[in-house]
Amino acid sequence: MSENILVVIEQREGKVLPASFQLFSVARSLAGASGGRVDACILGPEAASLTDAVAAYQPGRIFTVGSAELRHYRAMPFTGAICAAVDSARPDILLLINSSLGRDVAPRVAARKRAALAMDCTVLTTEGDKLVAATTNYAGKTLARYGLAKDCLSIATVRANAYSAPEPAPGHAAEVQAVAFEPGDAEKRITVKEVVQTGSGIKDVTEADIIVSGGRALKSQEAFEKVIFPLAQALDGAVGASRAACDAGYQPHSRQVGLTGKVVTPVLYIACGIDGAIQHLAGMRGSKVIVAINTKKEAPIFAVATYGCVADLFALVPALTEEVRKLREG
Amino acid sequence: MRIATIIKQVPDSNAPIRVSASGNGIETAGLKMVVDPFDEFGVELAVQLREKRNDVAEIVVFTLGPDKASEAIRTALAMGADRAVHVNDESLVTFDEVYAAAVLASAIRTEGDFDLVLCGKYNIDLDAGALGPAVAEYLGWPHVGAVTALDIEPDGRALVARRRIEGAEEVIAGSTPAVLTIEKGLVEPRYPSLPNLMKAKKKPVAVKKAADLPGLEGLRPALTLESMSPPPPRPACKFIEGEPAQMARELVRLLREEAKAI
Repeated sequence: MSENILVVIEQREGKVLPASFQLFSVARSLAGASGGRVDACILGPEAASLTDAVAAYQPGRIFTVGSAELRHYRAMPFTGAICAAVDSARPDILLLINSSLGRDVAPRVAARKRAALAMDCTVLTTEGDKLVAATTNYAGKTLARYGLAKDCLSIATVRANAYSAPEPAPGHAAEVQAVAFEPGDAEKRITVKEVVQTGSGIKDVTEADIIVSGGRALKSQEAFEKVIFPLAQALDGAVGASRAACDAGYQPHSRQVGLTGKVVTPVLYIACGIDGAIQHLAGMRGSKVIVAINTKKEAPIFAVATYGCVADLFALVPALTEEVRKLREG
Repeated sequence: MRIATIIKQVPDSNAPIRVSASGNGIETAGLKMVVDPFDEFGVELAVQLREKRNDVAEIVVFTLGPDKASEAIRTALAMGADRAVHVNDESLVTFDEVYAAAVLASAIRTEGDFDLVLCGKYNIDLDAGALGPAVAEYLGWPHVGAVTALDIEPDGRALVARRRIEGAEEVIAGSTPAVLTIEKGLVEPRYPSLPNLMKAKKKPVAVKKAADLPGLEGLRPALTLESMSPPPPRPACKFIEGEPAQMARELVRLLREEAKAI
């Protein structure tokens, strides 16, 4: 049986969330085996202007839901809009990125559509005509495989960076279909009054491919600014911090990585002067490549690190920043 | 104003987690169990709302879990909730949070009209976060996910909440009834005192079975655990030697050529 797939392309103010494109890799691997179709949907008043960029990933059809009520994410209107796209595309599998939007809306769509839902998936495969989702539970301490019931729609939110995006093929044309949808009054009871940008130009840890994090060993906010920020900027990454560093006031809690802060899964995580408390490891062990810089060779962070440097971060990190700059300029 | 809070009993975040021999779950014998810390924020918020306002008539705790979950209920009652509804029926035990949400929404509905339903932004056992939004969908209410700040007007209707999204913070205006899922930082849960733990023993707990819950016809868990295993060990850390300058050069080379991360 062929599996037809619909991917939800997430956009904010006309800019596509880059991780959305990773869904095409998942979709192709699932559809490929069965000869199924891959379609995409874009939500929001800017949807129509993004069809060319999305078409480069070669979906068969692109469904746009362009209601002005979808300018900001709100759970109820977006649930309705995604359900309208599902009704038009009639997929067997619906894929979203496990972003703040994806994990907020997918459960409502699943409840409304009586669908099977797997959250934060790292690998998706089909066994027979059943979708099987791999994910982690207990803060990464166990690996689980879940089967999704096959007599209903399957929905999966996919962990950012679990798959890499395929190469785009600009100039590819896709069939575009506008989906008519307007939320009812009862669905508009919640409104977004304001969106306040945080982090003053530096990327947020939840959206960066590279994170440079500092721990208590930094000893001050100034040290963060002198040592950690330049490396993050050279790598076009985000700045993170351990709970100890945030509690000490070196960085705001919005940058805290860990079970009680933000759980991150970047391509590269550089831990500077972080020993690796359990709650910190739980928040970053899903990173693809981990670099640990610490003066103590027995620090727990080295147990999860790909590369380890037993060194004084105040000597090594500036040298690293220099090397990265040379690489980027050369 | 009537407030429902949903809690789940989960293993303590510092407890060692071992996959059971059969691979269909974790070893629970001797495991320290607690109220999920994010759900605990919901209970604390409810109690603080009562302390700040004079219109909170009732705080009811809802949980879906086995006999042992009564310990979690008692903690929530000792924190200040008035009574509890314990859905304790083996036939309803599931890894499917969307199904669990249907069960809990039904239990909430049978207890009359609430203005707020509060729960954690996710539970630290499954790390999924589908429960709160799905409860809202089954109740037909709006929800605000991962709330970091909350103001409710004196009328008990209009509310303003804040939530963090990627790179920004949203200010949300809305009204009750609504489901709010709670993020860390909104409130700091209190430790229940011994006298309050004793008093909690006397607070009413209603036990419900599937047959007591209307509206579940035609629904079933759609997500089943196929297998659980320990995560594969990460390859051993590759230590890089040398002076800082040499180390930096070698690390950048490895990140570029071997790991292809930069």
